Amino acid sequence: MSSPNITFGKPPLPLPAIPAWRRWTKRVLGHHGLTLGAIILLVISVAALLAPWIAPHDPYDQDVTRRMIPPVWYEKGSWEFILGTDKLGRDYLSRLLYGARVSLIIGFMVTLISGVIGTTLGVLAGYFGGRVDAVVSYILTVRLAMPVVLVALAMASLVGGSLNVVIMLLGLLLWDRFAIVTRSATQQLRDAEFIAAAKSLGASTPYIVIRELLPNLLSALLVVATLEMAHAILLESTLSFLGLGVQPPTPSWGLMVAEGKAYMFFQAWVILIPGIVLATLVLGINLLGDGLRDLTAPDGRN
Amino acid sequence: MLTYIFRRLLVALAVMMTVAVVSFMLLHLSGDLATAIAGPESSAADVEKIRIQYGLDRPITTQFFEWLWAALHLDFGRSFYFPNTVVELIGERLPITLKLGGISLLLAVLVAIPLGVAAALYRDSWVDRVALGIAVIGQAMPSFWFALTLILIFSVQLKWLPVAGNVSWQHFVLPAIALGYYAMPSLMRLTRAGMLDVLGSDYIRTARAKGLSRKRVVFKHALRNAIIPVVALAAVELGFMLGGSVVIESVYSMQGLGQLAWDSISRNDYPVVQAVVLIIAVFYIGLTFVADVLNAALDPRMRTR
Repeated sequence: MSSPNITFGKPPLPLPAIPAWRRWTKRVLGHHGLTLGAIILLVISVAALLAPWIAPHDPYDQDVTRRMIPPVWYEKGSWEFILGTDKLGRDYLSRLLYGARVSLIIGFMVTLISGVIGTTLGVLAGYFGGRVDAVVSYILTVRLAMPVVLVALAMASLVGGSLNVVIMLLGLLLWDRFAIVTRSATQQLRDAEFIAAAKSLGASTPYIVIRELLPNLLSALLVVATLEMAHAILLESTLSFLGLGVQPPTPSWGLMVAEGKAYMFFQAWVILIPGIVLATLVLGINLLGDGLRDLTAPDGRN
Repeated sequence: MLTYIFRRLLVALAVMMTVAVVSFMLLHLSGDLATAIAGPESSAADVEKIRIQYGLDRPITTQFFEWLWAALHLDFGRSFYFPNTVVELIGERLPITLKLGGISLLLAVLVAIPLGVAAALYRDSWVDRVALGIAVIGQAMPSFWFALTLILIFSVQLKWLPVAGNVSWQHFVLPAIALGYYAMPSLMRLTRAGMLDVLGSDYIRTARAKGLSRKRVVFKHALRNAIIPVVALAAVELGFMLGGSVVIESVYSMQGLGQLAWDSISRNDYPVVQAVVLIIAVFYIGLTFVADVLNAALDPRMRTR
């Protein structure tokens, strides 16, 4: 009843005679972006998980006698600190590895919170329509009119910036795309035959929504989740860069750019390294999301 | 059409009111304003004095309606930090942000539309790939970092442009590139998708079959139709950019609205913060309203929604 492919009202394509898994692998491997994105995310996730074991130094260990050592490819660099040290003499590579944890935790948690809020609102609006839809759409319009960065900054400054505050704030702010996508997908599925069949069998509304509707929204939700995760990671780095996100001495990539800003005119690598790592992670997640969208779209591409 | 405009206008006004309520509540419920203004070292007596001085001891509904009533008369009170009124401060700073937003949008559109059209015309060619690459990279870079990198390249290395400030037109070049690159990818993707859609349609085939040249078909027939949603999106993007300018303005030390908001947040100057949030929201609502009406005027199917 709940096929893994969403067809969004279009009739399913006639299947060619090759086995399903063959077509799948061909489509996955034929999609370089998806593969590249998955590899980037995997490598950074593993690095973040193993940070305590693979980090060459303690990321909090300060020593002013060894401050601002450049990375190994510079003349004054040393193999002891492969990516150099920051203004307090802390090992840059170790801070980057631990910083990956902050970015990924924020990405996952914010996506989880905003996903629950957005999906609930979207499914309610799409399934029940009418007045419920009008109310949800109105809340959505209000939310879209609020400038996210400004509101998050103002609230973080009052509550006091920290990892948990950033997660809560962004989770409460970034549900809009989840709501938009689940609303329109639910509207299209509401009148599908399998929903009507479940209704005529006497299934309750919660049962239909959870067992029949949600499984069919999964692939669409997964695509939004990747894009929202990238969005959350970028916003966390922005808040931390402006000093109202994750607080020192916790290593966060946005904070590392902020701390390196005063030195960037003489030692550009201080801001280039965390920025490149951050952009690579976001790029990987976005490629994964774009690839998933192509893969799950009814006609294969776009 | 008039009913449609009227209905949308009512919704826009209601949304403005709600945003005003929500932004007021968010700030008042996030923490104790009096303690925040007094600072961490002040005694309980000082905090109480400030609470009374700023009228923060009254019920929150009273405070809200007084604020709203004054705001409707374009009176946002006085800054806690400057001797000026909030309106004076905003009037001083708004032109810089609008100028920055306008130039950024212009840059984004000037790059996005030709690139999107080229990518659609030569689909799956190297042009298409390069365009996609530019878009994907633009969406991955954090804007503050891209802004700093631009300074490193064009101000420090090449010495072509100033590092920070907002005195001459040269000061606007780098910020506009940084802010424009943020809006460019979505505009480009929409142009490309729209062009592909239109180019595959029957009337384009008819126009070609009639013997019209490819150039004429692309620019006279296809682009004109593909561009409608792009113009609407551009209006919405301008709204986003005004909100996003807080980051860019702080990197380039431009004395615009975003910098004012950012400084006011760090100084606990809440009348200013509230007013800036509301004004940026009003701009966004106004621009989406224009975009909706534009879409509806050009595409009657939209009016029923």
